[in-house]
Amino acid sequence: MTATATSARSDLSELGRSETALRTFLHGLPGVDQVGAEQRAAQLGTRSIKTTAKAQAIDLAIRMVDLTTLEGADTPGKVRALAAKALRPDPADPSCPHVGAVCVYPAMVPYVAEVLRGSKVHLASVATSFPSGQAPLEIKLADTRAAVEAGADEIDMVINRGAFLAGRYAEVYDEIVATKQACGDAHLKVILETGELATYDNVRRASWLAMLAGGDFIKTSTGKVPVAATLPVTLVMLEAVRDFRAATGRQVGVKPAGGIKTTKDAIKYLVMVNETVGPDWLDPDWFRFGASSLLNDLLMQRTKLTTGVYAGPDYFTLD
Amino acid sequence: MFEYAPAPESRSVVDIKPSYGLFIDGTFVDPADGGSFKSINPSSEEVLAEIAEGGAQDVDRAVRAARKAYDKVWGPMPGRDRAKYLYRIARIIQERSRELAVLESLDNGKPIKESRDVDLPLVAAHFFYYAGWADKLPHAGFGANPQPLGVAAQVIPWNFPLLMLAWKIAPALAAGNTVVLKPAETTPLTALLFAEICQQAELPAGVVNIVTGAGETGRALVEHDGVDKVAFTGSTDVGRAIARAVAGSRKKLTLELGGKAANIVFDDAPVDQAVEGIVNGIFFNQGHVCCAGSRLLVQESVAEQVLDSLKRRMAQLRVGDPLDKNTDIGAINSAAQLARIRELTEAGAAEGAERWSPPCELPDRGFWFAPTIFTGVTQAHRIAREEIFGPVLSVLTFRTPAEAVEKANNTPYGLSAGIWTEKGSRILWMADRLRAGVVWANTFNKFDPTSPFGGYKESGYGREGGRHGLEAYLNV
Repeated sequence: MTATATSARSDLSELGRSETALRTFLHGLPGVDQVGAEQRAAQLGTRSIKTTAKAQAIDLAIRMVDLTTLEGADTPGKVRALAAKALRPDPADPSCPHVGAVCVYPAMVPYVAEVLRGSKVHLASVATSFPSGQAPLEIKLADTRAAVEAGADEIDMVINRGAFLAGRYAEVYDEIVATKQACGDAHLKVILETGELATYDNVRRASWLAMLAGGDFIKTSTGKVPVAATLPVTLVMLEAVRDFRAATGRQVGVKPAGGIKTTKDAIKYLVMVNETVGPDWLDPDWFRFGASSLLNDLLMQRTKLTTGVYAGPDYFTLD
Repeated sequence: MFEYAPAPESRSVVDIKPSYGLFIDGTFVDPADGGSFKSINPSSEEVLAEIAEGGAQDVDRAVRAARKAYDKVWGPMPGRDRAKYLYRIARIIQERSRELAVLESLDNGKPIKESRDVDLPLVAAHFFYYAGWADKLPHAGFGANPQPLGVAAQVIPWNFPLLMLAWKIAPALAAGNTVVLKPAETTPLTALLFAEICQQAELPAGVVNIVTGAGETGRALVEHDGVDKVAFTGSTDVGRAIARAVAGSRKKLTLELGGKAANIVFDDAPVDQAVEGIVNGIFFNQGHVCCAGSRLLVQESVAEQVLDSLKRRMAQLRVGDPLDKNTDIGAINSAAQLARIRELTEAGAAEGAERWSPPCELPDRGFWFAPTIFTGVTQAHRIAREEIFGPVLSVLTFRTPAEAVEKANNTPYGLSAGIWTEKGSRILWMADRLRAGVVWANTFNKFDPTSPFGGYKESGYGREGGRHGLEAYLNV
């Protein structure tokens, strides 16, 4: 913990009550040097993960995938197929683990719930007028409640970037608190949409804001804007959850989403988790990948490791 | 737990001969008196090769060859033609960089990720950069027609064997000089492979001569009458002896010597990146870096938090096999250097500083030293004043910017310094007052061939790199 190490736990819970206190706190966080953060992320990307370590990383990455489809064209048939794949990613190999969760729009939740019932695969739904978040609060909350009632046990909300960038931190905070309440027992992942926040200082402040407001996970992106998850952004968020736990004792998860397509990419993220926050976060309860095409690449590399040869893409299911 | 499996770079990419002669006048020759020494792998103590030991006669032969090449070939050659050879050498270095990187790590003990990602790219960049100057010397700011000096005697250290060779040879050749270079006795192998690259590039005979040996060989070289220029990188003690030896002669001298750099962290620093900079500043290349940030000056109000973060980060450092691609800290270069590090760290503990190292398992064979920090260090401690040249950081605190400047400058050295703060005006204020040749702001150990490098005070004189680096090899 850095600038806030001395803040007592009770102090932090009071922060949300005042716009001024929240602003003073967030602007008092240590800055992020862009060049240094990007250099550190690039260094971690040069780790060489081979043989047994690679096999371990691939299985862990599969268990961390939030298998996602968020298209206007999603249908009950499409999401049922995706859910089936989530349960058994590699039909040819029963030793292949299931993914972490399936992530869909609220309207698709009931169809996925039927398939996943009785399994350990979580059901995540985006909500709060995903992806823009530009809707009245009541509608966002209704969106959230509907998804939970339909069977989602994880809610991926978007923050109000307009309010954040305008400096209305209390408004963002209150929306997260209200959404968390609407979630009930469901886990709340807070999407920061880091591509729109633009600076690492903003990413660090938004991460703290989301954690202070009660988010269970902080997530990089919707996948709907040009810049999605990057290694340096994820590094800054990992540092934030590490420091937040040191200050408050509460552990928050991290989910990079969008643009992670290959096993090589996924392994770089796992190395970063390992060397930034340590083994406590190397678990699907605390780290997830929001991805769709990543899974098949993981499966191909997994098969390559067990059989010694690459199988063509036709040997892996497209769902 | 996520354990990284061993990921060793293959050592079969490089072919090490059982023995090497001296590279004089374009060929490998036996030394006149037949002496030799062994170069070992410091991570295993295994003998890598038998190396010829050059004596006074051999040095004389090499200087004569260099003189002949200077008079007949290299001196009269138009700059654009010299450039062609330098570009060719640069390209061959890039093509053979994997081989050179593995050899450097074997002979020096540094991790392969550093020789691969730092040393070799910089070596090639130096040759490319100075190749560009060879036909543009009239535009370098040293007059309309600057002339070379003649034969340059160059003695280089063991911490960056090939990079120091590049810093010395590239500007000398670009300016039209010929050279006799003596690599360090513990790390001669990449210089000898470089000699093979000179042959491959068909560099005219005698332009580059490499005479291996220890201190006596170096002394014979710098004291030789036929030498016009002496360039040395190494310890301040040897530098002083060289300055005395060449005093009163026509020889032009540049020295790049020791350092005890302050890395200064203010309370408004970007903490996570500052911690990376501290680690990079002192643990890069096992701390065998003359400009290493070996004194951490941290503002007292954030000292505890910065140290907590630093210790957590240090626990992630991977010490071990230099050829493993995931190794962060390799082997100490020699038994002698290890003994010196031990002596100074024991003095630090005896003088009352508090010592800390992360839990780390060191290999049984070879020369190893765990990354170490000392807290509670004062300006009076030996570990705050003497260059340790190992992975050992002394932590001191300060209260105000003025005190930081005072402590940073309170050393006989003045090679480099680092400043960590989000306040731009403070960076400039500090940089004006720090008596150090290089001042890094919110970064550390950044090198570039276009940037001059050199020291204040007992860290030496003259500059290497950039346009300024040409001056050392021109008659200006």
